[in-house]
Amino acid sequence: MNLTIREALLTFRRAPLLSALSVTTIAFSLFVVGLFGLVAVNLQDALRGVAERVEIVAYLLPGTPIETITLAEKDIEAFPEVQSAVYVSEDSALTRARGELVEFRDVLQELERNPLPASIELKLRPRFRDAQHVNEVADRLRGFGFVDDVRFGRDWVEKLDRLRQVAAAVGLVVGAAFAVVAIIIIGTTIRMAVLQRSREIAIMRLVGATDGFIRRPFLLQGAIKGLLGGLVAMGLAYGAYTLINRWLIQAAFFSKEQAVAIVGFGTLIGLFGSAASVGRHLRRV
Amino acid sequence: MIKFTNVFKAFPKGGLALKDVSFHIAKGEFVFLTGHSGAGKSTVLKLVFAEEPVTSGEVRVSGFNVAELRRKDVPMLRRRLGIVFQDFRLLEDRSAEENVAFALEVTGARRSTIPARVMRVLTQVGLAAKAQAYPRELSGGEQQRVAIARALVNEPTVLLADEPTGNLDERATRGVFQLLRDINASGTAVLMATHDLDLVRQAPYRVIELQEGALVYDSVVDEPRDQAASP
Repeated sequence: MNLTIREALLTFRRAPLLSALSVTTIAFSLFVVGLFGLVAVNLQDALRGVAERVEIVAYLLPGTPIETITLAEKDIEAFPEVQSAVYVSEDSALTRARGELVEFRDVLQELERNPLPASIELKLRPRFRDAQHVNEVADRLRGFGFVDDVRFGRDWVEKLDRLRQVAAAVGLVVGAAFAVVAIIIIGTTIRMAVLQRSREIAIMRLVGATDGFIRRPFLLQGAIKGLLGGLVAMGLAYGAYTLINRWLIQAAFFSKEQAVAIVGFGTLIGLFGSAASVGRHLRRV
Repeated sequence: MIKFTNVFKAFPKGGLALKDVSFHIAKGEFVFLTGHSGAGKSTVLKLVFAEEPVTSGEVRVSGFNVAELRRKDVPMLRRRLGIVFQDFRLLEDRSAEENVAFALEVTGARRSTIPARVMRVLTQVGLAAKAQAYPRELSGGEQQRVAIARALVNEPTVLLADEPTGNLDERATRGVFQLLRDINASGTAVLMATHDLDLVRQAPYRVIELQEGALVYDSVVDEPRDQAASP
């Protein structure tokens, strides 16, 4: 193991230019993946923001006793999909309408009788904010005898669903394409490093080195290059993010887990790219 | 030690490189392998150290059945052999002693024993004073001595040398050849491929000659030993 580390590090010293080139190539390949990742992350954030407005309102029949409502509210809150259920009485509905609908203030002032029904307003947990779950919850609400009507903006929720699907599909396809391109570029870079040392590999085999012995320093070296490339890519992405934030739009950066995942992705490509390259080379000699 | 029995070697694209070759080299023997370029000398050596697979026949080397050797066992065979080439095959970015030490390191030798063993073989080949020199700072003869030191450091039972003097001037050739004789005198078998007949005539060693892949002459079989110098 000691020797593996020494040999792996020696390569950086013996071929500093090629090593730097490898790290740079890996860094920029991952940077492109990272930039796309940033777009995806921000798009998701935006969609999540929109999805937060998914709301179901159950209008209640006039005269429903408050005790019944309180009990029902408890039941509804216990639905696995439901994040919160808030009872809005007729009076508070009117107060809110007066506040929100300024242009109708006069009309609303002069009412003899409050025409607005009481309601229960539901917000769903984030992962249930799609058409299917919203429909299910709405159906269950209709089952309560005192519920007059349930509204949730069906068209809008369905559009949101479609938008999410498109975003996911585009993200997957484009993200996979970028990742594949990164893998190919990084693989080629690593292959160069292996070919550059093919003479050394031949000599190692000649003096009785096992395949494993020959392979190990390359694997370590590949992983180190991938790790360094990943870190540089993350640095570049953060730079880009800072510029975008200052000059263009308010954007979000990767979470710590996402950043670690991208750097880890680089490390793994470095590792497996090396394994594949050395393996192929060893099989041929 | 090395035993070829009815060995054939065919290359996928180019006919038969060896045709029905049989010979036996005993422990401690010095054998010249001669013949024109393309006669199959290098192929014989490559079969010995399992660089090329045997097409048919049997090759036994130091207890290994080479024809049936699995890939993972090839390194074990090579650790019993020392191999020297015309082009030295040294690592340019390592000093003489590092080149020699490398052969020990790859076999997993105890680190603490390496410097002493390296120094001992470098002294044996007469290069102790240039242990820190890089290949480019050494003459051809000196580079070949480093290569021989590397081949010897694992204490092989057989030294294979493929035209070891092919790139050397006369003086260096004599020096390297004498070194190989000394090594043989201390008990290591030497199988040396060469087309330098002057060298062959100088010493009373066994000669095996190949022609177009066939063994056409073996001094032990065909003639008394003392006439072996004129194949």
